[in-house]
Amino acid sequence: MFRGLARIQQTFFDAHMIAHVMPTLLRVGLPNTILLAVLASLIGMVVGLAIATGLLARPAVVRLACRVYVDILRGLPHILTIYLIGQGLPIAGLSLFGNDTYAYAALSIGLIEGAYMAEIFRAGLQSVERGQIEAARTLGMTRWQTMRDIILPQGIRRVLPPLTGQFILVIKGTALVFLLGLTSSQREIFSIAQDSAINNANLSPLTAAGILYLALTVPMTYAVNAWERRLRGERQGGRTDV
Amino acid sequence: MSDAANGVAVRFEQVTKRYGATEVLSEISLDVRRGSTTCIIGPSGSGKSTLLRCTNLLARPDEGRVLIDGVDITGPGTDVDAMRARVGMVFQHFHLFSHLDVMDNVTLALRRVRRMAREEAEARAVAQLRAVGLEGLERRRPAELSGGQQQRVAIARALAMEPAVMLFDEATSALDPELVKGILNVMRDLALSGMTMLVVTHEMRFAREVAGEVVFMDRGRIVETGAPDRLFDHPGTARLQQFLDQVL
Repeated sequence: MFRGLARIQQTFFDAHMIAHVMPTLLRVGLPNTILLAVLASLIGMVVGLAIATGLLARPAVVRLACRVYVDILRGLPHILTIYLIGQGLPIAGLSLFGNDTYAYAALSIGLIEGAYMAEIFRAGLQSVERGQIEAARTLGMTRWQTMRDIILPQGIRRVLPPLTGQFILVIKGTALVFLLGLTSSQREIFSIAQDSAINNANLSPLTAAGILYLALTVPMTYAVNAWERRLRGERQGGRTDV
Repeated sequence: MSDAANGVAVRFEQVTKRYGATEVLSEISLDVRRGSTTCIIGPSGSGKSTLLRCTNLLARPDEGRVLIDGVDITGPGTDVDAMRARVGMVFQHFHLFSHLDVMDNVTLALRRVRRMAREEAEARAVAQLRAVGLEGLERRRPAELSGGQQQRVAIARALAMEPAVMLFDEATSALDPELVKGILNVMRDLALSGMTMLVVTHEMRFAREVAGEVVFMDRGRIVETGAPDRLFDHPGTARLQQFLDQVL
């Protein structure tokens, strides 16, 4: 019994091992994870907003094309998409970023996130009161002007909390880019932990990575929830305690 | 003689509108004279609002034509946005842009549609807001205003575009009783100033005092039209008599 516990402790919670890998995780892994997540989210937001606008566009072809994009990228395992885009593009000769694996990693996650964020944006754009759209059109504003001046500003404001929630998922999603093979200084949290785990035949580095991920995601999750509660209160014109 | 010359601002010709199998407007023909106020009354579901919405193509007629100043706006190739910029509309529920303050609510279309510089648009907005009795509220958000104030902003927003015709779709129905009178006064002043107005309303007193012509609609048809005194004092149909008994 005691020996079993000791083995579990050694395998997952070897303090020496964790202390050994933690500096690299903090110095190299953490900035890379955050940078990747930010880059991918920026790409995701631009793509997502464009696709969301397309999902609500008048021409049926545009709507269909955007729907297909969303369905495919949300329907595939992320690991498959990352592989297809991150490895596939350079192999197919579409070396947009030369040999910079990092850029392909950000692009592939960004394109996936674009599909998820498109649905978030779409919900926000559709939540804008129909009457305000009619009022804008009645004043002679074009569909595009109405979109830019009335629907987008209100719709985007309402989806800021769910978008931030999606950013938390992106942070976790960056772990998958290890399979594109990053150079030593480009490695994010998971890659470093995995390399170390293999080299030392011990899983404690992965535990260390887990601690870092939780330190990032859990506080953000609570912050987003609080933010959402506050926005909901504002929209109902006051706070309630029930 | 053309409409533009004979003083007809809005002409409906045999306008029919269906939603699915339901015919909400059946062959409506009506002339609205320039500078006059026409009030449309009738029970709910009679097609009043739909007729109003056909005037600026928020609803598109399935058959028939709508002409504004003699120009067929239902024909192909009509610049609908340009037409709408000349037809102001005020809604039951105001529909102010909730993310913009009062000033931007009034100036947005001036800047975007009329391509006016901000200073010029704001000068016009200030004058328009003063005309509807709203001074000093330029930087408030719609949520910080009473219903009556919001409706005044909506009226100022429409008037700032200097429309040829104003449409009012039950503009006082969503207001608290004590705020109704103020809005009706604004509308009366506007009518007296010579604006062409098409007003869907349940305010029979307003219709009697301000309207040049009253139109009674029921089940998608115009049942009776005439001068307010004639319609209210000597209804020509049992249906109108019945309606007036219920509302007066």
